[in-house]
Formats: sequence, C-alpha cells, structure tokens
Amino acid sequence: MTTPIIEVRDVVTSFGVNIIHDRISCTVNHNEIYALLGGSGSGKSTLLREMILLQRFQSGTINVLGYDLESITPADAQNLRRQWGVLFQSGALYSSLTVGENIAILYKEYTDLPHSMIDELIALKIDLVGLPAHARYLYPSELSGGMIKRAALARALALDPKLLFLDEPTSGLDPLSSRQFDALIRQLRDLLGLTVIMVTHDLDTIHHIVDRFALLGEKKIIAEGTLEEVFAQDHPLIDYFFQKGSYGIKS
Amino acid sequence: MQITLPASIDIVNAEDRCIIRCSGSWTIPYLASAARELESFRPDKAVSLDVSHVSELDSAGAALWQMQLRAIKDQGLESELIGVKSEQNTLYELLYGHPLKKAKAPLPDSWLYALGKATHTHVLGIGEFLAYLGEAFVLLFYTLTHPLKIRYRSINAHIYATGTSALPIIALSAFLIGVVIAYQSIVQLQKFGADVFIVDTIGISLSRELAPLITAIVVAGRSGSAFTAQIGAMKMTQEIDAMRTMGFEPFTFLVWPRVFALMIVMPLLIFFADIIGIFGGMVIAAAQSHISFTEFIHRLQGALAVKHFIIGIIKGPFFAFLIAMVSTYRGFQVSLNTESIGLYTTKSVVNSIFLVIACDALFSILLTELKL
Repeated sequence: MTTPIIEVRDVVTSFGVNIIHDRISCTVNHNEIYALLGGSGSGKSTLLREMILLQRFQSGTINVLGYDLESITPADAQNLRRQWGVLFQSGALYSSLTVGENIAILYKEYTDLPHSMIDELIALKIDLVGLPAHARYLYPSELSGGMIKRAALARALALDPKLLFLDEPTSGLDPLSSRQFDALIRQLRDLLGLTVIMVTHDLDTIHHIVDRFALLGEKKIIAEGTLEEVFAQDHPLIDYFFQKGSYGIKS
Repeated sequence: MQITLPASIDIVNAEDRCIIRCSGSWTIPYLASAARELESFRPDKAVSLDVSHVSELDSAGAALWQMQLRAIKDQGLESELIGVKSEQNTLYELLYGHPLKKAKAPLPDSWLYALGKATHTHVLGIGEFLAYLGEAFVLLFYTLTHPLKIRYRSINAHIYATGTSALPIIALSAFLIGVVIAYQSIVQLQKFGADVFIVDTIGISLSRELAPLITAIVVAGRSGSAFTAQIGAMKMTQEIDAMRTMGFEPFTFLVWPRVFALMIVMPLLIFFADIIGIFGGMVIAAAQSHISFTEFIHRLQGALAVKHFIIGIIKGPFFAFLIAMVSTYRGFQVSLNTESIGLYTTKSVVNSIFLVIACDALFSILLTELKL
C-alpha cells in the first residue's frame, strides 16, 4: 500500500527573481487521495502543473510512476501522459466537440478499437460519472457547471488511467454537488484502484475524502500527512488555514 | 520484468455449447485484435465466456465482455460469463451493476428544415441589425444633445489605432495597386501608341475607385476584425454587463467612438492612398514608357478632374460607417463559448467587405445616372 507513485524531492521553482518553491519535497502513495493545500499564490497549482509536465522547475527531481520528469524522453513522456487523466478547474472540454466526441477523441487517437466498442465505452464513462445518457450529444456550452466537471472527469477517465489529477474539482459547485462529486471520486478510487492528486480549498473535501495532504506556504511545505498528523503540529499557518478554534472543521 | 500478453480468445466447440476462452491482458492498449475477432464471431449454439485466465482487466475489457454477451443474447442464444475473479467482478459490477441506458443520437435535420431555419435566421438577422442601428441612433441623438458625454478621448485613441498605425500597410497596398494598374494598362496603351493616356487611367481609376476600395478592404480586415474581437472579448468576460450595471451605455462608450473615429480617419486614409497609388503608377510610367515625373504631374492636372478625387473621398465616411457598425454589431453577438469569437470575427470581415463593395456599386449607378 505504501509504494510511492509520485516523489517530489528538493524542487525549486522561480519566475524570474520571484521564488515559488524553495526546495520542497513530498510523496504520494499508491491508491490514496492526496491533496495539495495552501492559500492563493502558495504555488500549489504550479506544483500540480509541474507534475503533469506543463511547467518546468529549476532544480530538484520529480518522479511520477517511475519516470524522472527532468530527464524523460519524449516517447516516455507520451507513454506517461496516457497513464494519467487530468481534470482542469474549468473543465477545459473542447468546445467545438460534443461531450461524447470529447471522450471519443482519446480512443480514436490512441487505440485501434472498433466503432461499436468506442460507442459502448462512451456510454459507459458517461454513466460512470453520473451524467444522463443524452448528455453525450450536448456541446460544452449547453452544460451546467456541475455537468461540465462530470463530463471532464469522464474524459479524464477515458483511458482508465492509474493516476488522476484534479485541479479544484469542487470549485464553483453548490455544496450538494460538491459532496456528490467527492463521493464519486472516492468510489472511483476504491473500485478502480486510482491514485488521486488534487488541489483544493474545500475544507469539507479535505475532511471527508482526502487521505493525506501537503500544506504549502512561505515557499515551503509546512506540513504533510493525515489530518490528525498535521493538527498535531503547531504552526500559525495551519491554524489560519483550518480556522482552528473558530468555525472551521473540528479535528 | 513481467511481460504483458495481449488479449486473446480461443474458441472451443463442445457438444452443446461453444466456449470462448479469454486470456492475456484485457486492457485498452492490448484489446484491439481480440475485439475484431469477437466482432466477426457468429455462434450457432449457447456460448460460455470463460474469463478465468484473464490477467488484467479495465473498463474497456469489461465492456467487451458485456457487448459480446449482449450480442449473443440478441441472436436468441444463451450466454454466460464464467470464472470472473473477485476484483474483476467489482469493476464489472460498478460498470454494469445496473442496466446501462443509451441515448439515441438526435437525428440530423432534413435539408428542407435546415434551409428554412437558415433563411429564417438570416431574415431575423436583418431585423436585429436594424434594431441595433436604431438603438445606436437613439443614443447618438441623446449624446449630441449632451455634448459633454461624447467620449473625445476614446475617439482620439481610435483615430490613432485605426488611422495612424494603418498608414504603412495602406501605403504598401496602394503603391502595389498603382504599380499593377500601370503595368497592365501600359502594355495595352502602347499597342495604340497612346502611352501618355496612362496618366488618365491611373489618375481616374485610382482616385475614384481603387484607392477607396483598397483602403476600405484593408481597414475592414485590420480594424473591423479588431473591433469585433475587442467587443467580443469584453462580452465574454462580462465587462459589457458590468458597464451596463454602472450605467455606462455601451453604445456611447464603445460603438460611437469607434464609428466616429473611423469616419474621420477613412477620408484621410483614402487621400493618402491616392497619393501613394498615383506615385506607384508614376514610377512604372517612368520606367516602362519614359514619361518623366514632371510630365506625368503636368498631364495629371489636366486629366484628373477634381470631381473624381472628391467622389473617392466622399465614399470614405460611408464605407467607414458600414465597417464600424457591422463589426461592432458582430462583437455584441459573441456568446460565451470560445468558438463564437472566431466565428463572428470572420463574419464581421466578410460582411463589411461585401457591404463596402455593394455600397460602391450603388455609388457607381447613382453617379452615372447623375452624369457625374
């Protein structure tokens, strides 16, 4: 259970003279839901983007599924990209394609499956994320915010990835939809054996489904571990982030 | 290192039933050949799908099992799945624990319906554009009675953006048009020994028709598209809504400054294009036909009546009005999806160039009838 899937070691990131990460390290284990937390501008989204090869870092190493991202070859990178799914904050569905086509494009580009099977798989993924069956013929502009997130999740799950990256999965959803989305993520993690890494602000999500998390702040990782482990530590940012002692969640 | 075997099937014919033995990795990358084999498989008796040798399974593999069982059932034969491992069963249950609902693809519209719908949209479009013009003019008259509300600063900025910075591209286009016309005409005129009439050809055709047209086309492509994209982007980011809630009327703030700026700038640009275009003709006349610059200018004074020049300039504000109105109107039509901004920018340029040419044709007919 404790095989590391992602290992971040001494990563330094800076934009010009502005240092974002100062030698940070963290580890994501197999089959856990791991969250990157922190205030705005703490560099959590940047760290996520570095893990999914969208952004370079200055020094240190990031190892994802056994590939070292610093020295990865283009062919390996392409291989790696097929083993993960990414859900962007705004969904990032291709607006010129219907939901079904958004999912189908991955099968058409990367597999040699017959059409009837692709059709079945699209219906399956759409059903899996809890969208109504007719949603596959709709364009992204015809969907509500919650449906866009679900459709984007269906696309992220298309190739049965081992790793799922979620950038603020519940932002912009109402509380009920957020909890439903959380439950869906946990169910998928349990049943499909996924490892999930997410950036989130949602304290309920952290409380209910996240196994371990890293709290970023002051260019460092202030704390890493389960909720109990982190609460055992004493740091003003931990108190501030979880609003300890006020109306925040209780440990 | 463990070697992954691709998904494969082995069909065994027993007495009363047919057994399909599945083995290997039933995951997306290894599934294609097994899927094709199963697609062409037509059993004539009951079928058992033996999956006990499947090493790995993902949702695509599970889907293939299910599709196979369903296909056999549709043929009226019995089918069953045997030897499912427990962890594979969880996945299978997650996907197919409840009946999978499939929606039918909406039927494409018949051509008659599509034609009717397109026509209807176009007719409505004309009405909408007229409504847009109407609203614009209502606000224009209101602003004219309250001159302090005119956005002089904005007009200035747009004059610079659409006029001054367009000079290089207009110079280049006009010069080249002058060159092309001179080249083509000289060849024909030399046949009659009438080289010197090149001055009349260049002078009249450029100042009356070509300079206004080429300027309008460059401006439509350059500034018209920019107007649409600017207003479209503001619409997408809800800036237009924000302006309305603060009581800043988009017509006074966005539309009329652009229209006025373009109407002021266009005649000046046409005048500029006249000069550069005629200069282009002069250069060719000197090179090909030995008509010196002095001779050319001397003859131009006699050949080019002022009315031709004035007609060319007068077209300017009309063209400018059409370009600016159409392109701002298209900007307001942009909706929230990313595609529409490209779509309406294209429409805006196509519409404004068409309208400019149509307006030019109208001028031609009108002026000919008036014997000008």
